[in-house]
Amino acid sequence: MKLEIGNIFIKDVQLGQETMINEGLLTINPELLAAKILEDERIKSARVELAKPGESVRITPVKDVMEPRVKVFGKGTVFPGVAANKVEQVGEGRTHVLKGTAVMTVGKIVGFQEGIVDMSGIGAEYTPFSKTLNICLVLEPMEGVETHAYETAAREAGLKVTQIIGEVGRNMTPDEVISYEHHPIPHLAAAYPHLPKIGYVCMLQSQGLLHDTYVYGVDAKKIIPTLMSPTEFMDGAVVSGNCVASCDKIPTYLHQNDPLIEDLYSKHGKELNFMGVIITNENVFMADKERSSDGVAKLAKMMGLDGVIISEEGYGNPDTDLMMNCRKVEAQGIKTVLVTDEFPGKDGKSESLTDAVKEADAVVSCGQGNLVITMPPMERLIGTLEDIETMIGGYEGSLKKDGSIEAEIQIIISATSAIGGNKLAARMY
Amino acid sequence: MKKLKVVHYINNFFAGIGGEEKAGISPEERDGAVGPGMALAQALGEEAEIIATVVCGDSYFGENLASAEKDIVAIIRKHQPDLVFTGPAFNAGRYGVACGAVAKAVEEQLGIPAVTGMHEENPGVDMYRKDLYIIKTGHSAAGMKKTVTSMASLGLKRAQNQLVGPPEEEGYHVRGMRINYWAEKRASLRAVEMILKKVKGEAYQTEYPMPDFGRVEPMPPVLDFSKAKVAIVTSGGIVPTGNPDRIESSSATKYGIYDISGLDSMPADDYTSIHGGYDRTYALEDINRVVPLDVMRDLEREGIIGKLADYFISTTGTGTSVGSARAFAVDFSNKLLEDGVNAVILTST
Repeated sequence: MKLEIGNIFIKDVQLGQETMINEGLLTINPELLAAKILEDERIKSARVELAKPGESVRITPVKDVMEPRVKVFGKGTVFPGVAANKVEQVGEGRTHVLKGTAVMTVGKIVGFQEGIVDMSGIGAEYTPFSKTLNICLVLEPMEGVETHAYETAAREAGLKVTQIIGEVGRNMTPDEVISYEHHPIPHLAAAYPHLPKIGYVCMLQSQGLLHDTYVYGVDAKKIIPTLMSPTEFMDGAVVSGNCVASCDKIPTYLHQNDPLIEDLYSKHGKELNFMGVIITNENVFMADKERSSDGVAKLAKMMGLDGVIISEEGYGNPDTDLMMNCRKVEAQGIKTVLVTDEFPGKDGKSESLTDAVKEADAVVSCGQGNLVITMPPMERLIGTLEDIETMIGGYEGSLKKDGSIEAEIQIIISATSAIGGNKLAARMY
Repeated sequence: MKKLKVVHYINNFFAGIGGEEKAGISPEERDGAVGPGMALAQALGEEAEIIATVVCGDSYFGENLASAEKDIVAIIRKHQPDLVFTGPAFNAGRYGVACGAVAKAVEEQLGIPAVTGMHEENPGVDMYRKDLYIIKTGHSAAGMKKTVTSMASLGLKRAQNQLVGPPEEEGYHVRGMRINYWAEKRASLRAVEMILKKVKGEAYQTEYPMPDFGRVEPMPPVLDFSKAKVAIVTSGGIVPTGNPDRIESSSATKYGIYDISGLDSMPADDYTSIHGGYDRTYALEDINRVVPLDVMRDLEREGIIGKLADYFISTTGTGTSVGSARAFAVDFSNKLLEDGVNAVILTST
């Protein structure tokens, strides 16, 4: 398996008549995109707004973030099996990326768990999406549309528009091309016999009730752990459908650009042998947790791994999945490192996790999400501030008269995502 | 810059007022620096001045905890200091407890930063480490100069609202608080580096040592439910409509106790869920899905359980720290015991 990622560096984005890229300037037609979204009868209105790094702009409530990509050759399309795309195996051939841009679905809250992206000020330091050129889709559901139908409609609108924008990159010559290869397991094992064989266990949020992830269109609640090529992630085989607390949300964008996959690849063939990704779920039933963690340990053993890194999405209940995966993988004689974020209370004095096993002796922290900060008012708002005080991380009195927001960093999109893309960490004081 | 005003608390021994035989003296104040305050004043330099010293015997403090603390805080308040030091107490146990109590009271009641110093074996360290900055000291006053230098440096930083560094930099006892910082490398890269070290058997340091939650011994089973009084406790955020106790939708700091006497089923109009961690659609449709009053009443009527308590207890589970949850339970368990409850059904979401 070989996937070439062709990055087209986008330096600026503007609204205009024609959808095109000219010397790094991306032009998109807002009416065209809005019209596409409004083909869905569940959506009443759709508006396209832009937000750029450094601007005094607040975007909220943000649901998902996606990166525009297009499959130039090789099988399938990006986001296979969702938003009316055919299901076809991806992860091979060539994919072009509009690097530097992101599409965000914004608008009336679905659950409590959408978050904030500030493009400047202290809030911007915590989210990776203050550094991207953001194409925001501000959506409003039709009256009477049931919550779950609205969530689906918003998710599909985001994926469709992202694909339309990505299509602009099809005939471009990328600024850089990076090649990712993934070989059959026996070949991989033979290629670097002296390097440690490392795998990545990617825990997908699947608690249900608006905490979902889709794999080739399959609800991750219904999967049993399986093996994936890292390149499949880059083509959008895994799509976020969740409204889990916004700070540790893993939006679709981060599945497309999984930092653990990037960093494992960067040392592949040199310091380690990156053997592949095991995906598993975080279901709420004990039987599911047992079955899935058994499956993870079994696959790790069958792959002949020496070590695995286990990521997590969400906190609380999934801490138990994290610990069960750790304990069972270690029981196979395979070393583990866990990547997690922490929730020790505003004062940091409580336990950071809700479950623990003695085997979890190698943990990487993505920061503590209960930290309270005050984000200054912004000149422009994309979306609505209506629900700030009931969003996770917010509380009564969070929204100040001057428009500033005092809240836990939980309220900021991907501030502490436990796949490790940020430099934020917590330590013992 | 204006000189910072400092008040220093010490015991009778360090004030030069006898030894154990004088440990019963009540709080009194002196102008300026006394005893170890001299070295502390030197360490503070030009930026701060010790304007008063409060002296109290350790026995007196131990025997009159509440009133001694109140009197000492009153003296300190009068001087309106910017910063307070207590001790250092080294390995003197009663002195350490007094230093901790005074420093904590000053921070909580007066909102003034306080710094103390103790040896790691001083019982005051474990009592107050989560509340206070306690500079590490040697066993005895032999290490006074080094100790007061660290105390002065940390105290000045706190009084001037400067960022306090980690324990190993500033020299204080680890407080057990998880605080954010910006690492040099992103977490994914640190994870890759850590797994390589672990696999190769090289030394590595976990960034979060596993907590010890302690084990709760299971109660013996209820032998005869038909005589048991049962209560419902939930972390599903069910509250009377309007949320009278203002329980937070995440990271709860409180819980509520709500009357259900005379109800056969949870009325959907009168109750709601304020929980921010799950899709409440189905809970709001039928509140009994989270607080199963309807089936509990059936069991009560059928005599399968003796009686259902007249109330349920509720909080929000999502984001709520283990520490808060533990404190809630310690608190309301007393009520459950007083009310003769033998068993609790815990529902989560």
